[in-house]
Amino acid sequence: MSLLGKLTLDAIPYHEPIIMVTLAIVGIAGVAVALAITKFKKWGVLWRDWITSVDHKRLGVMYIILAMIMLIRGFSDAIMMRTQLAMATSGAEGYLPPEHYDQIFTAHGVIMIMFMAMPFMIGLMNIALPLQIGARDVAFPFLNNLSFWLAAGGAILINLSLGLGEFAKTGWLAYPPLSETSFSPGVGVDYYIWALQISGIGTLLTGVNFLVTVFKMRAPGMKLMQMPIFTWTCTWANILIVASFPILTAVLGLLTLDRYLDFHFFTNEAGGNAMMYINLFWAWGHPEVYILILPAFGIFSEVISTFTGKRLFGYNSMVWASGAISILGFIVWLHHFFTMGASANVNAFFGVMTMIIAVPTGVKLFNWLFTMYRGRLRLAVPVLWTLGFMVTFTIGGMTGVLLAVPGADYVLHNSLFLIAHFHNTIIGGAVFGYLAGFAYWFPKAMGFHLNERLGKAAFWCWQIGFYVAFMPLYVLGFLGMTRRLNHTNNPDWNIWLYIACIGAFIIMIGIVLQFIQLYLAFRDREQNRDLTGDPWNGHTLEWSTASPPQFYNFAELPDVHDIDAFTDMKEKGIAYSRPHRYEPIHMPRNTAAGVLIAAAITAFGFAAVWHIGWLALAGLVGSVAFLIQRAYDNDVDYYVQPDEIAQVESQHINKVEEATA
Amino acid sequence: MLVRSLKSAALTSAVFALAGCQGGVLDPKGQVGVDEKYLIIISTLLMLLVVIPVIVMTLYFAWKYREGRNEVYAPKWAHSSKIETIVWLVPITIILILGVITWRSTHALDPYKPLAEKSDALTVEVVSLNWKWLFIYPEQGIASVNELVIPTDVPVQFKITSESTMNSFFIPQLGSQIYSMAGMQTKLHLIANEPGTYEGFSANYSGAGFTGMKFETRATDNKGFDQWVASIKQDSPMLDDVRYGQLAQPSENHPVEYFGSVSDGLFHQIINKYMQNYNDWNTHSPHSSGESELSDMSDHSDMPEMSNTEATSSEHSAAQPAVTDVEGA
Repeated sequence: MSLLGKLTLDAIPYHEPIIMVTLAIVGIAGVAVALAITKFKKWGVLWRDWITSVDHKRLGVMYIILAMIMLIRGFSDAIMMRTQLAMATSGAEGYLPPEHYDQIFTAHGVIMIMFMAMPFMIGLMNIALPLQIGARDVAFPFLNNLSFWLAAGGAILINLSLGLGEFAKTGWLAYPPLSETSFSPGVGVDYYIWALQISGIGTLLTGVNFLVTVFKMRAPGMKLMQMPIFTWTCTWANILIVASFPILTAVLGLLTLDRYLDFHFFTNEAGGNAMMYINLFWAWGHPEVYILILPAFGIFSEVISTFTGKRLFGYNSMVWASGAISILGFIVWLHHFFTMGASANVNAFFGVMTMIIAVPTGVKLFNWLFTMYRGRLRLAVPVLWTLGFMVTFTIGGMTGVLLAVPGADYVLHNSLFLIAHFHNTIIGGAVFGYLAGFAYWFPKAMGFHLNERLGKAAFWCWQIGFYVAFMPLYVLGFLGMTRRLNHTNNPDWNIWLYIACIGAFIIMIGIVLQFIQLYLAFRDREQNRDLTGDPWNGHTLEWSTASPPQFYNFAELPDVHDIDAFTDMKEKGIAYSRPHRYEPIHMPRNTAAGVLIAAAITAFGFAAVWHIGWLALAGLVGSVAFLIQRAYDNDVDYYVQPDEIAQVESQHINKVEEATA
Repeated sequence: MLVRSLKSAALTSAVFALAGCQGGVLDPKGQVGVDEKYLIIISTLLMLLVVIPVIVMTLYFAWKYREGRNEVYAPKWAHSSKIETIVWLVPITIILILGVITWRSTHALDPYKPLAEKSDALTVEVVSLNWKWLFIYPEQGIASVNELVIPTDVPVQFKITSESTMNSFFIPQLGSQIYSMAGMQTKLHLIANEPGTYEGFSANYSGAGFTGMKFETRATDNKGFDQWVASIKQDSPMLDDVRYGQLAQPSENHPVEYFGSVSDGLFHQIINKYMQNYNDWNTHSPHSSGESELSDMSDHSDMPEMSNTEATSSEHSAAQPAVTDVEGA
C-alpha cells in the first residue's frame, strides 16, 4: 500500500463541472478571507480570543457560524435536488445522474441534521443557558471547546468528501446491507461513519457538560423548578443526548467493524442481520429529533412570555410536558419501520405510544396560546417566527400522528408525504425556533441589533416558501411518489414538482435576506448598539448582564427567588445595583488543547477513510499526547481582580443609566 | 392572514387534484387500499377537531392581544387549574379515540393476516434483485420479471425476500407495502377488486438503479390470468440456477421477462443462500475450533428468522437443513 493509502489524484472529481466550480468558489473565498485576516492583522486575535477560547458565549457564536456555513452547503444540495426533480419529469433524465444525485440527498440529510441543526441548537444553548442560570461558565469550559472542535472536525471531513473521493450514496440513514463494503466499496460510507462518529462524540460531551452545569452551577437560591423554561427544555434534550448518543456511537462502531475488519454484524452473509442496524439507528435517531425540537420549544416559550410582557402560562405543565416528551420520545423508535414485518401487537403498541406524544405537545401549544391571552404582544421578529411555528408545526404534528397509525403508514411510509411531514416539523419547528432564538439573543451575544425590516422580510420568505415547497410533497405522497427517485415519468406529478421547486427558491430568497440582514447589522452596528443589555424587557438573568456580557458574566452571583428572576429584581429595584466591593473571580484560561486534540482526531478520521496507516497512528497518538499534556498543565486558571471588575461594572451601569435616563 | 389563505388555497387545490387524478393511495382498487384510505380520512378529520381551533386561536389571540390595543392586560396571570385541566383533557380524549382506532385497524390491516382461506388464495413469491423484481408463481410453475399479473377478486399471498439490498414491495393502489430483506422472508396479503394496470415499485432506496425498479401490476379476470399463464408456459425458457445467476447481475431498467418453468425450490434456495454461505464460512474459518464455539454461533444463526418478522416460519421446512447442519457439525 502506498504512502497515501487508497488516496490518489483520481480521487478528485475533475469530470464533475458542478463540483469543480463549487470547489473553485470555495477556494477563492477561502483565500480572500485568509488575505483579509492577514491584511487586518487578525490572526493573533482569531487564535487567542476565538479558536482557543473556553468562553461559552464565544463558543456559542462559533457554533452558529458553523451552522450557517453548513446551512449554505445543505441548502445548495436541497436546491439542486428540487431543480433536478423539476427538470427530470416525463422521462427526462435531468442534469444530475444517480451517481451524483444519490450523494447529494445523503449529504443533505446528514448535513442539515448533524451539522446545521445540531450546532445551531448547541450554539444557542451555549450563549443563553449559563447566563440564564446565573453561572460564570459551563462546568467544564475546556471540554466545551473540545466539543466544538470535534463538531467542526466532523464538518470538515464531510466537506472534504466533496473534493476528495465521494460521499455516501446510501441515504442519510446508511442502512446496511447497502452501506456494507459489498454494495458500497467506495470511501463515501467511511466519510459518513467518521464524520458522524467524531461530531457525535463532541455532542455527547456537550450533553454531559451542560447537565453538570445545570445541576451544579445554578445561582444561589435557584431551585430546579425555578430554572428558566429554555434551560429546562435544554436539560431534557441533554438527558436525551446522554442516553441516546452512545447508541449512535455503538452502531457506527459495529458498521466500522463490518467495513474495516470484515465482521458480520449487518451483512447478508454469515449470520449478519441488517434489521439490528435499523433498530439501533432509530433508537438513537428518534430521540435525536426530540433533542432538536425541545430546545426550540423552550425558545418559543421565552419569546412568547417576553414579548407579551407576561409570565409563562403553566410553567409546571410545560416542564413536565417536556419531560413526558423526552421519555416517550425514547420508546417510539419502531414507528420508523412499521413495514419491516413486526406483528400487529408490536406495531399497534408503538403507534399508540407515538400518538401519546401529541398530548404533551398539544398542552404546550395551548400554554403558549394562554400566555398570549391577556398579554401585550409586540410583533417583533422572534414573535413572527413563533406564530409561524405555532401554525406550521400544528400541521406537521397532525401529519406525524397520521403516520403513527400503522395502517396509514403502510401506504405513506417512505413516500413524499413522509418527507413533507418531517420537513414540516424540523423546519416549521426546530429551524423556526432557532431563527427566533437567533433574533432574540443576537443583541445579547453581539451587542447590537439586527435589521428589523429585513428580518421580517426573511421570515415571510421562509414562511411562504415553506408552504409552497412542502405542501405539494404531501400531495405527491398521496399520488404514490416515493422518496429518493432520481427522475419521474408521471404527468400527474409534474405540476407539484414545479411548484415545490419554486417554493425552494422562495426559501432561498429568505436565506439570502437573512445574510444581508447580518451584513447590514454589522455595517450599522454603531447606530444600533444595545446599551442596556435588556433590549426586550426580559424576564431572565441573561438580560441583567451587558450586551455582549462581561467575560465573567456576573460580577456577583445573583440571588434568585423567582422563575422570572430578572423581572423580580427589576420590580424590587435591585437590578443594576453597585455593590460596595467585589470578590476576585476565578476564571478558566484559554487553551489550544481542544483544537489540537480535535485536529489530531480529525486527521485520524481522514486517514481511516483513505486507509493511510501512518497518519491514522499519528492522529491517534497525537490526540492522546495532547490530552496528557493538557492533563499535566497546571496553568489553567486565573483570578480577575476586584479593581478590574469594578471598572467593567461601573462602565456598564453608567451606560445603562445614560440610556434609561 | 396571508398564510392562512395560502394554506386553504393549497388545501383546496390539493383536494381537487387528488379527486381528479388517477393512481396513488387515495385512488385504491382493492379492499386493503380502500380500508387504508378511509383510515387516513377518519384519522385526519378527528385530528382536525383540535388542529383547526389551535390555528384559529393562535392567529386570533395574536391579533386581539397585540400591542397598542386596549385589551385586558394581566402580566402576572400564569395559572388556571380549569384551563390546564381542559388543555390536558382535550388532546387526551382525541388520542384515546385515535388510539382505539389504531389498535383495531393495525390488527385488521396486519399485512401478515391472510385475507381469506388459504386454499382460495394465489401465492406469489417476490424477489427483489439489483434492480428489478422477480415474481415466481409456485402453483403455476412460472416466473416473470418486472411484470405482475393477478386475477381480480382473488386474495394474493406475497412471500417476499431479497437477493441483495433491502427494498420495499409496494403497489400504492392495492395498499400496504413490506420490506424485502435478504436471508429472510416477509409476507404481504393484497387483493385487487377492479381490473386494471397499477404501478408497482420499490419504496426503499437500494442503490444506483433504484429509480428504474418499477413493475406493472395487471389485474385481469380469471380467464385472462389463465391465458397469460398458458402463454408463458408455452413460449418461455426455464428459470434455472444459471439463468437466475444471470438475472442476479446488477442491471438497470430491466425489460419484462418470462420463464415458462422454474427450478424446484428456487425461492427457498434464494433465502437459504446466506445460511449456506455462513456454513461454508464457518467450516473454512481458521478461527473456528471446538464444538462449543460452533453451537454458540448456531444460536446467532437464528437471527434472520427472528420471530418478529415471522420469517421462514415452520411451514418452510426447506429453511431448516442449513441450520441443522450447523448444529450437527
